[in-house]
Amino acid sequence: MPTTEARLDFPAGGAEIRAHGDWTLTGIATLEQRLAAMPWPTAAALTLDASAIAAMDTAGAWLLRHILNLLNGTGHRVSLHGLRAAHSALLQMIEAAPPAPARPPAPPGLLAAVGRNVWRGLTQGAAMLTFIGENTLAALTLLRHPKRIRWRAVLHNLQNDGFNALPITGLLAFLMGIVIAYQGAEQLRRYGANIFVVDLVGLSMLRELGPLLTAIIVAGRSGSAYAAQIGTMQVTEEIDAMQTIGIAPLDLLVLPKVIALMIALPLLTVFADILGVLGGMVMAQSQLGVGHLEFITRFASAVKLSSYLVGIGKAPVFAFIIAIVGCFQGFQVRGGADSVGRQTTISVVQAIFLVIVADALFSILFSWLKI
Amino acid sequence: MDNAPVIEVRDLCTRFGEAVVHDHISLAVQRGEIFALAGASGCGKSTLLREIILLHPPISGAIRVFGHNTMGLSAAEALPLRRRWGVMFERGALFTSLTVAENVGLPLREHTALRTEFIDALAAVKIALAGLPPSAGVKYPNELSGGMRKRAALARAIALDPELLFLDEPTAGLDPLSAGGFDQLVLHLKERLGLTIMIVTHDLDLLWRVADRVAMLGEGKLLGIGTMDALSRIDHPLIHEYFYGPRGRAAREQSWKRK
Repeated sequence: MPTTEARLDFPAGGAEIRAHGDWTLTGIATLEQRLAAMPWPTAAALTLDASAIAAMDTAGAWLLRHILNLLNGTGHRVSLHGLRAAHSALLQMIEAAPPAPARPPAPPGLLAAVGRNVWRGLTQGAAMLTFIGENTLAALTLLRHPKRIRWRAVLHNLQNDGFNALPITGLLAFLMGIVIAYQGAEQLRRYGANIFVVDLVGLSMLRELGPLLTAIIVAGRSGSAYAAQIGTMQVTEEIDAMQTIGIAPLDLLVLPKVIALMIALPLLTVFADILGVLGGMVMAQSQLGVGHLEFITRFASAVKLSSYLVGIGKAPVFAFIIAIVGCFQGFQVRGGADSVGRQTTISVVQAIFLVIVADALFSILFSWLKI
Repeated sequence: MDNAPVIEVRDLCTRFGEAVVHDHISLAVQRGEIFALAGASGCGKSTLLREIILLHPPISGAIRVFGHNTMGLSAAEALPLRRRWGVMFERGALFTSLTVAENVGLPLREHTALRTEFIDALAAVKIALAGLPPSAGVKYPNELSGGMRKRAALARAIALDPELLFLDEPTAGLDPLSAGGFDQLVLHLKERLGLTIMIVTHDLDLLWRVADRVAMLGEGKLLGIGTMDALSRIDHPLIHEYFYGPRGRAAREQSWKRK
């Protein structure tokens, strides 16, 4: 049935107000918006004739109550007439309900917000250290009882986070090799130093880009998955259930991931190194006329074994960072879906950030050690 | 008011792969009654509810709600119908990123042109109607106990003053005291707001205390429909088991004592 709008009429000069129409959620919108600009009668004693109200729901009843309170509060005395029994019951029910909605606490000022954020950052850092400590202890216990290592979970993670990541890692590394060789080609050709494309591609790929690129892909691919998985399990109380059954969540959820990723990431890095150099080789021939055989011969003398090992050596550290950060952020989830999304985002950003910081520290360390 | 049934289900069939969930089920819910769908777990009562509220399409048959055919409606055509009913889901399904008051206010914000202050006030009224203290409004769902979460979900379900209210397992997971309070709340709301209520439950106490009529589902069929007294006299092994199992008997005796 069509709704007729709720209305208030003021018959000329009288002390009477007449209510019409459907005082329902769909009917009261206009009236509610115009309430502030109503030409209320000035007489002290008013009557409100509600006999023409066709329909009423709780929203309408609340509005009527609001109007009565408004008029009574501005020095009028209002008497209500003609309200139907059913509507009157609704009005009474609304009156029984406490009117003032509780206000959420006011947002903190700038200083308080800064303080809170600093404090949150510090406690997060401390919690992360605690988490690493707990995991180290759990890992040491496992080392003494190697039979208790969850090899099935380790293998599952190896396949998911290592083997299944081969295509995307390989493709991106290949493209990266192409880009480096292509960018370098222009400069090298100018000096007639075409052959040095091997040094360029080989060193940059093996020392820096291979490990870093792989770590970033894995952080986006697996780190986020860890955070989302553990976070959702936290929401559905699966972590609690695990503890009740007597399975340590760290043993089942965290350590297998850390172990698997520390194995998988170096291997992925080797794969990325190979395909990256391959990309550079393809470009070297087509842009600079450096043949494949020539490239490989030069490669052996241009790139020392230490460069390769330095790159591969960084990978387990990156893997540790990615797995620990992802799992830690998963355990930080509180509440529901919203929190899972937030912590997953944080886990990826934090993992990539820490990986790059670690890479920078490695560079300093290696130049200090003259490797 | 017209006497046409609020919900009419005719010859409804549902299958999940090979499993037949509903095999030609027909039932009708009259205006102003509390109608319950009962039966053992997995008998398809929640699926029937989901089909009525347009969340799951049946294989064949017809469902009419408020006299409108609901089969094959587009989202735009379904909206006016959806606004006329409220649904309380089994696990509350409150939005975890919103406070209780925002959860209750959300349908109002979406579907009405009312001012924010008015919506806040109205949300507070609904929260009070659902039997929650005003302080619950500013809390997030995960800060509430299970019973309070159900009440908050109920407050959201009645936010738009629906004519028809669907409650999916409203008392599941509540302690007896809270469940008893919920029975009272449902009766109270029906009386005050003139609602038609469809409850999906296997809580025998709730069935005896609040349901006007009950439809018993089992083996994909409608085993029986009627008042609890009438159902308890039907001679069918599944119904018999349901009513005269140890828990069924206790609930029945309770209801007799009350009368």
